[in-house]
Amino acid sequence: MREQSHRLAEGGRIDRATPLRFTFNGRRYGGFAGDTLASALLANGVSVVGRGVKYHRPRGIFSAGSEEPNAVVQLETGAHTLANARATRVELYDGLVATSVNCWPSAEYDFAAALGLLSPLLPAGFYYKTFKWPASLWMTYEAVIRRAAGLGRAPDGPDPDRYDKINVHCDVLVVGGGPAGLAAALAAGRTGARVILADEQNEMGGALLDGHDEIDGAPAQDWTAEAAARLDAMDEVRCLPRTTVFGYYHHNFLAALERVTDHLGPQDAGVLPRQRLWRIRARKVILATGAIERPPVFAGNDRPGIMLAHAARTYVNRYAARPGRRAVLFTNNDGAYRAALDLRAADVEVAAIVDTRPEPTGDLPAEAESADIELIAGHAVVATHGRKRLSAIEVMALGDGGGQVSGEARRIPCDLLAVSGGWNPTAHLFSQSGGRLRFDATGACLVPAVAAQATRPAGAGNGTFALDGCLAEGWAAGAAAAAEVGSRARGRAAKAPGATVTPEEPPGDYGVVPAPGHPEGGPKHFVDLQNDVTAADIALAAREGYGSVEHLKRYTTLGMGTDQGKTANVAGLAILARLGGTDVAGTGHTTFRPPYTPVTFGALAGRDVGALSDAARRTPMHHWHERAGARFEDVGQWKRPWYYRHPGEDMAGAVERECLAARNTLGIMDATTLGKIDIQGPDAAELLDRVYTNAWSKLEVGRCRYSLMLGEDGMVMDDGVTARLGRHHYLMTTTTGNAARVLAWLEEWLQTEWPELRVYVASVTEQWATITLCGPNARRLLAEFTGDVDLGTQAFPFMAWRAATVGGIAARLFRVSFTGELSFEINVPARYGLGLWTAFMNAGEKYGITPLGTEAMHVLRAEKGYIIVGQETDGTVTPADLGMDWIVSSKKDFIGRRSLGRTDTARPGRKQLVGLETEDAALVLPEGAHLVENPGQEPPVPTIGHVTSSYHSANLGRSIALALVKGGRGRMGEAVHVALEGGAARAVIRDPVFFDVQGSRLHG
Amino acid sequence: MADAYLRQSPLAHLGLAARAAIPPEDIEGTEAGVVLCERPARHQIGLRGDARRPAFRAAVKGVLGFAPPAKATTAAGGTGLPRALWLGPDEWLVVTDDDDAATVADLSEALARQHAHVVDLSDARAVIGLAGAGARDVLMKGCTLDVHRRAFGPGRCTRTLLARAQVIVHQITQAPDYDLYVQRSFAEYLWAWLEDAGTEYGVRVTA
Repeated sequence: MREQSHRLAEGGRIDRATPLRFTFNGRRYGGFAGDTLASALLANGVSVVGRGVKYHRPRGIFSAGSEEPNAVVQLETGAHTLANARATRVELYDGLVATSVNCWPSAEYDFAAALGLLSPLLPAGFYYKTFKWPASLWMTYEAVIRRAAGLGRAPDGPDPDRYDKINVHCDVLVVGGGPAGLAAALAAGRTGARVILADEQNEMGGALLDGHDEIDGAPAQDWTAEAAARLDAMDEVRCLPRTTVFGYYHHNFLAALERVTDHLGPQDAGVLPRQRLWRIRARKVILATGAIERPPVFAGNDRPGIMLAHAARTYVNRYAARPGRRAVLFTNNDGAYRAALDLRAADVEVAAIVDTRPEPTGDLPAEAESADIELIAGHAVVATHGRKRLSAIEVMALGDGGGQVSGEARRIPCDLLAVSGGWNPTAHLFSQSGGRLRFDATGACLVPAVAAQATRPAGAGNGTFALDGCLAEGWAAGAAAAAEVGSRARGRAAKAPGATVTPEEPPGDYGVVPAPGHPEGGPKHFVDLQNDVTAADIALAAREGYGSVEHLKRYTTLGMGTDQGKTANVAGLAILARLGGTDVAGTGHTTFRPPYTPVTFGALAGRDVGALSDAARRTPMHHWHERAGARFEDVGQWKRPWYYRHPGEDMAGAVERECLAARNTLGIMDATTLGKIDIQGPDAAELLDRVYTNAWSKLEVGRCRYSLMLGEDGMVMDDGVTARLGRHHYLMTTTTGNAARVLAWLEEWLQTEWPELRVYVASVTEQWATITLCGPNARRLLAEFTGDVDLGTQAFPFMAWRAATVGGIAARLFRVSFTGELSFEINVPARYGLGLWTAFMNAGEKYGITPLGTEAMHVLRAEKGYIIVGQETDGTVTPADLGMDWIVSSKKDFIGRRSLGRTDTARPGRKQLVGLETEDAALVLPEGAHLVENPGQEPPVPTIGHVTSSYHSANLGRSIALALVKGGRGRMGEAVHVALEGGAARAVIRDPVFFDVQGSRLHG
Repeated sequence: MADAYLRQSPLAHLGLAARAAIPPEDIEGTEAGVVLCERPARHQIGLRGDARRPAFRAAVKGVLGFAPPAKATTAAGGTGLPRALWLGPDEWLVVTDDDDAATVADLSEALARQHAHVVDLSDARAVIGLAGAGARDVLMKGCTLDVHRRAFGPGRCTRTLLARAQVIVHQITQAPDYDLYVQRSFAEYLWAWLEDAGTEYGVRVTA
């Protein structure tokens, strides 16, 4: 490990007592706690950190913040790897490993840089123009393009990190912990309001951490520490450092990403999440988001060693890292002179200050001159030199209006060019919230104008750049926001913090510096460093008619990188505006979209992964099923036993065994998941009459009835059996998947259309465990458990229910059947479900009692031609289509009735439910297979229907199927063809009831 | 009534009693910010009726000793039993002691001559106790409602989503100490979710 060649001996907010090691592009370096990866690289004199995406030109660190376009690295390796990490926002930790992206074989020797030589062939819209035809080859092109352009790699394994999400409400959310944000949080927090202060940096302070301002007569960094400590001490203030508020949505809902352990490096098996997504609902929002410095656009402005002026200042002041040894400052404003002065103070030779303004007269220029720094006014940088690192620049005099350069070019050797074209308020969140921006001609920037939500911009984010203004505006915003939510401070009045600032002259023009001899084009003037978009690309787009900002963006990819053009967009807009003879107010701006900075998918997923990705609903007998070898089927969120696999059995074998047992001796099934709705009230029967197709008023207490529920469109929505429990008391059952929907359906009609009906409904699905005993021995087994009810078929006929004591438990017995066998559904309070099930299993052993899964149940009901809603129906099927007219009353109204008379629902030739018998008895048709008249026909072959259910029936010794076929009931005995992969199979249409047509078993 | 051995609480097979019996000093990282338990079985009764009618209020008061709360998202009955949790303008969950089996019958009888709805839901929901310094944070992870002490305090209850399960949250004490009523079939999922959400604060199981 080498010496940190560019590290200052003292100063900065780094901890020299905590040295850290890290690896970049395979080389080992040292840094200190408090460094970012970028500051540590600079301290080690590393100049090239990546390559441009298109021309593969070497690129260096350009900024010190979230706006970084160049220093985008691949962080860590393997499953922990993170693509698109901005080195300027990666806090250094011991053992950090990072590599450059966009380069092969290395950042310093890049193979594709030869592309740069082909650059005249890569104009704006290159991909659209070149790879458009033929469309069939796009996939091939795409693979090549992706390899050349990829910004990093995806992890090679499942994400080992833990992520979390949390919801929080507050009175005032302050975004940004710089001077304005801290002042706002203090002013709001002292009233006792619930305040959240979020800042993306590792500590509060914002830009105060980068300089040496004074607040209330003391060093600003002391004030910052004290302010942070005071906020921490306030009960209702929550400070969230390392937290980026990245999205501003409707109703003051904002999303923020907290990097909880990122600064510690990959954590294995830690209890803390790596990142936490904060979902914040704020009554008031204060956007103290600061500003982003913007670069001037000039020829060769992308060379490593060219850096934003404030970033250069940040590196020497905050990180004690020299970004170069001999610097030139290129600026159009006073503020950037501070960078020259601070670089000088850090023993960086400042060769010159190049100011585009003809006569800079402010206090800061005067200070620079008195420090003996050469000031070259009315000049601009017109060329840069150096391959992997800046070695010299050329400057020329600017003509009036800055539209041309003239005179002799002067060459100035330097390895650092600090640049500033002024500042853009970070208006991303304000714009995302729906707020309108206006173009401020003085600052040549977009500033918040009209808020769309309860939002207050403050400080530099509001275009108020001077420190005293930031403090005053932040304080006022915080106090006002707290007052608006009814929170007022008690006790002594407090004063806003104040600062004395050096006044600054207005900045000069902001535009493109022409290259000598090239009014347009010539050497590359980069506008968007991350996407390699140049001023010439924008000019080309404008010439080709892409004059709208949204078209320009998509055509040139300006601002479409992972940095979203934070340093590029306003420059691009300014160029487009100039070409169109207008200004940015005229062109408008593109939409600011969340996220402000990239968010990991892990954080968005949170803990909704693996077993927690969805709720699994389990019946009281679930663990018994598991131990019995059940394979489960998802029905909605329920886990239902699909079939019980015995050792040595496959699924077909298990289902066959279960089906035979149910018909020959005794099956037992967990039917707990069926929806159950308790209905009470004098108008209960009236409600049933209105929602069901058949009539209910004559159903006696103690009896049950099967029915269909239709949607308003007349299509079958649900089916089930409803029992009359008492005079005004019914129990409705629904299909498993529709339980919640049917309850909501009933509530909706009762609450919105029929409030006059005196009836209440409530779900009792979860109250009862339901066990079905079916088969010839069902009554015998049940009789062993109950003594207070006559189970004989006379006393307790099919479609009756009885209250009974079963195994000592108060139960409800329903004599209903979905299998066509003698069958009892036993409902007991859920706490007894497992106990009773186990008792039945033990006592039923002598009958060979066999648990049935849903698959066996489906086979058994298909043998009987019973429908399953959602399988035989798909939302386009009427009762008549199913051959179930018998259940539709013609004497009363009900939901869907009117639709049954519509031309289409009443027409002949609709698809109707039939049975299918394949010619080959062993062939089990695939469900969903289409039926055709003539498979030999030239395509397209018209379909006449489809298979809805299909199984092997062990009881019948052959395959069976149900199908919906056009005019099917009029075609009994006719042959149709089933289209299959690689041919067709013949099948004969028949009645859908395959087994026990008389129903003698059911009633037995 | 059936023998006790037949009875199963919704979370019985998780062996929570055994975990609760482990002395705290034997648990790694003894600092537990989240304390979870499965509350013992209670009678839960679904009650619906017109709270504006004096006869309804009087009938309920006659059985419970208090009228059903009319104020939205509040519970009546204090920290003891019985309680009545407001679930809607005409809907409450009445909670009584498990031994107090008479309440369903008493309520039904008291309301027999009115249009009201009484239904036994004792087995429909599991009740999970959530307490400890991290309890509120755990709720915040899965619930979008404001559960800050200024917005939701002792005696408040609400029906909401916690993670992917519908729950009734009832705050019992300022501590905070919550009862979470969750549909029985979701209980195991919710318990797993709560333990997971509590990981960073440390989780202890009590009886």
